[in-house]
Amino acid sequence: MNDCRGPCKLIFEKSRPHRRACSLPRYELPEASVPAALARDHPPRLPELAEPDLARHFAGLAARNFGVDSGFYPLGSCTMKYNPRLNERLAALEGFRDLHPHQIAEDAQGALELCHRLQEALAEIAGLDAVSLQPAAGSQGELTGLKLMRAYFADCGELEKRRKIVVPDTAHGTNPASVTMAGFELEPVKTDTRGNLDLEDLRARVGPNTAGLMLTNPSTLGLFEEGIVEVAEIFHSAGALLYYDGANLNAVCGISRPGDMGFDIVHFNLHKTFSTPHGGGGPGAGPVAVRSELELFLPVPVVVRREDGSFALDAERPKTIGKVRGFLGPFGVFVKAYAFIRSNGSALKEMSEAAVLNANYVLAQLRDDYELRYDRLCMHEFVLSASELKRKYGISALDVAKRLMDFGIHPPTVYFPLVVPEALMIEPTESESRETLDAFVAAMRQIAREAAETPELLKEAPHLQPVRRLDEAQAVKRAHVRYEFESS
Amino acid sequence: MGASYLPLTDADRAAMLAAIGVSSVDELFADIPERVRLGRELALEAALSEVELERELEELARRNVHSGRELSFVGAGAYDHYVPALVDSVLARPEFLTAYTPYQPEMSQGILQAIFEYQTVICELTGMDVSNASGYDGTTVAADACFMAKHATGRSKIVVAETVNPQARRVIETYAPGFGLEVVNVHHRDGVVDPAEFGTAAAGAAAAIFQQPNYFGCLEAAPELAAAAGEAGALAVAHVDPLSLGVLEAPGNYGCQIAIGEGQGAGNHLSFGGPHYGFLAAKKELVRRMPGRIAGETTDVEGRRAYVLTFQTREQHIRREKATSNITTNQSLCALGGLVYLSWLGPEGLRELGETCLGLAELAKKRLGLPPAFTAATFKEFAVRLGRPAEEVVRAAKAKGVNPGYPLGRDYPQMEDTLLVCLTEKRSPADIERLAEVLAEVLA
Repeated sequence: MNDCRGPCKLIFEKSRPHRRACSLPRYELPEASVPAALARDHPPRLPELAEPDLARHFAGLAARNFGVDSGFYPLGSCTMKYNPRLNERLAALEGFRDLHPHQIAEDAQGALELCHRLQEALAEIAGLDAVSLQPAAGSQGELTGLKLMRAYFADCGELEKRRKIVVPDTAHGTNPASVTMAGFELEPVKTDTRGNLDLEDLRARVGPNTAGLMLTNPSTLGLFEEGIVEVAEIFHSAGALLYYDGANLNAVCGISRPGDMGFDIVHFNLHKTFSTPHGGGGPGAGPVAVRSELELFLPVPVVVRREDGSFALDAERPKTIGKVRGFLGPFGVFVKAYAFIRSNGSALKEMSEAAVLNANYVLAQLRDDYELRYDRLCMHEFVLSASELKRKYGISALDVAKRLMDFGIHPPTVYFPLVVPEALMIEPTESESRETLDAFVAAMRQIAREAAETPELLKEAPHLQPVRRLDEAQAVKRAHVRYEFESS
Repeated sequence: MGASYLPLTDADRAAMLAAIGVSSVDELFADIPERVRLGRELALEAALSEVELERELEELARRNVHSGRELSFVGAGAYDHYVPALVDSVLARPEFLTAYTPYQPEMSQGILQAIFEYQTVICELTGMDVSNASGYDGTTVAADACFMAKHATGRSKIVVAETVNPQARRVIETYAPGFGLEVVNVHHRDGVVDPAEFGTAAAGAAAAIFQQPNYFGCLEAAPELAAAAGEAGALAVAHVDPLSLGVLEAPGNYGCQIAIGEGQGAGNHLSFGGPHYGFLAAKKELVRRMPGRIAGETTDVEGRRAYVLTFQTREQHIRREKATSNITTNQSLCALGGLVYLSWLGPEGLRELGETCLGLAELAKKRLGLPPAFTAATFKEFAVRLGRPAEEVVRAAKAKGVNPGYPLGRDYPQMEDTLLVCLTEKRSPADIERLAEVLAEVLA
């Protein structure tokens, strides 16, 4: 029974001894066993179910999950756009799906050519010279970018002195975490009253100890950095480098390129801008593009075109930072991202224009119902605040978010960026029709009215999900992070 | 005209611009300084319709020799195990496929419960108390384990057996300078690491890492390695093949504090190296040092059981520069494939699969009759000496439709004549016969 109201039994609770799903070949084979001292004593308590019950279990879990195919998903900074189904089919072509990563180059020419074409396309979109497909996700792309800075400054003998990475207070939490993991020190910089980097604060903080800047542009406020030319000048004249966090690239494809803005290193989130599905928390891919001066340091392998026109993996790069993951990278994601880029071509610009138009259309209609801290046109997303609802009616951003679920809408990102209290960060993406946006606006306006009239409706939301609001603090107290079997 | 996924019509655009109060889309970009605008079209390959795009990528896919087009015995970190149809079917469900990380638990109970079940399965396999929701792959979880050990012990030396997958070692070395780690390698003796040497090296170390079965396919004296590391005060870290754990003891049951590994063989297609998942599990005292997402059990306001991402104060979005890791996106869908796969196998299937791999490898050793490179017992991979450069033998055999294995000289230059042969349940005794014939012809 898949009544998706209410919780679902755990797979271990459906398990019965000696029930099984698998069928494996039984060959005539010689006796073989592992040495007794290494042999397993008690079998792991894996689930024991027949395949029909397994299929139903996972169908039950799917029914309790919400994807962008289920409905509107304006989760700010996550770019939840439609994932074209063709691209799934293409990544599953046998020649891609069943290709061993150790296959010799001459027998993997199609895969290597696809990766090479993707590298070239990403370089053009970034406005930079060379690309590595290695990083597994955006945050690993960040770490790779910072490692490239380390390698660059080590190579010119300045690593000892250049310890600081400037990160704005609006940055994603991954940025400061990556700074620590790369062995640098964090230098925070403030945001000014228009939502731009505070140039005066910045000038005071950048100097001979600065290795670089990590910046998302447009920022997490959904605002384009109006002083970007001056910002780049401040860092470059101090001998430092600029790193572009590509989380918000969906706003500016084909309109303004990070390389032209002055950035030296860029990471892409293929699972955001280029539509590869996020799978409930990955896989992603975080390729990195760099200016030619940094190419020597890229992680290996890099796909190269040889003089005879064939493609190869180049791992012999003496100055490389090394490897940040196994093999070439998440190839299946590359197939989908390349297919997306190829289906758009230079019309990627129209994609970004539609994303920005959709965001501004929603913003224009919600600015009177919620507070807008920085009164400007937005790019692909914007940040509203529920702080007035909080002050007047005790309704928080979280209450608004949970109530949206009752309308079949996934909530926006909440409580981020940190510089906006009771933040609601809304990113519609280009995939949404005007009707969907209108329905969202209507829901948000109704919620604002309800905050005044029937606040308990918001406090008690959600009402229609498989479970009601959760006690997240209790999860930490309980520390119950695996199923406890009765015998244990 | 390319495939288009944009719903707005001209009429929509006109009405929307009017609602915003601007006269053109260009006005929306007024904040972008003229100097940094592209001012031309992106120079990309021409857009393709769905029909053309499929044709184009089919053509590229055809130029790859995949595992259905040659008889392959290549493993060395990526394995051609059978992926049940049920796995593909579950992973294609749009409610999983098209969801983001479950930040809103009431709307994401499906994936959160799946992560909780996955964590349990990984703990059961490895004999550990806690698992994260997944890492990027089997190499990055090795670096994660080092970072955990550094924080748990306050030490910075990391000991790594030379028989650990070279790609994992390379990733550790790449991460090491930023983490402030010093990496010490322990050489192998006849294909395995000597516990006494391992213990000596582990003195004053944060962690000592070995792989079981190791990269050469050999079975290490794993309990002795763990004991030697433990006596030296280092955390013992085992890098394990999940599909070996039906026949081989779980690392948590012989003294390891952390177990890591590559999940690909358990439920993911080869896909030229990714996306796959890495798993990371540990004893409970290390839970607050763990990187990545962890799902935990709680209740809703009506007291019903539910799941949520927990221990988030470890994580970057709260702790920022003091986080245990920068990881956000992990490999949820790939790990879900692991859960479906391991549930499909069950405990009996896992043991039978391990026994089949062992038996096939034994048959292949006998049938090939080539001198073993090492004397240790093995699981599904074994190394043989060819008396000739292995790369040459591979090329000659591939010309006959058989890819006989992985030349270990690619990673260990002194092993130029050594071939690593891998047997999964997808290879049959008849396939082994064919391998033996082709190698005999090539080596004659």
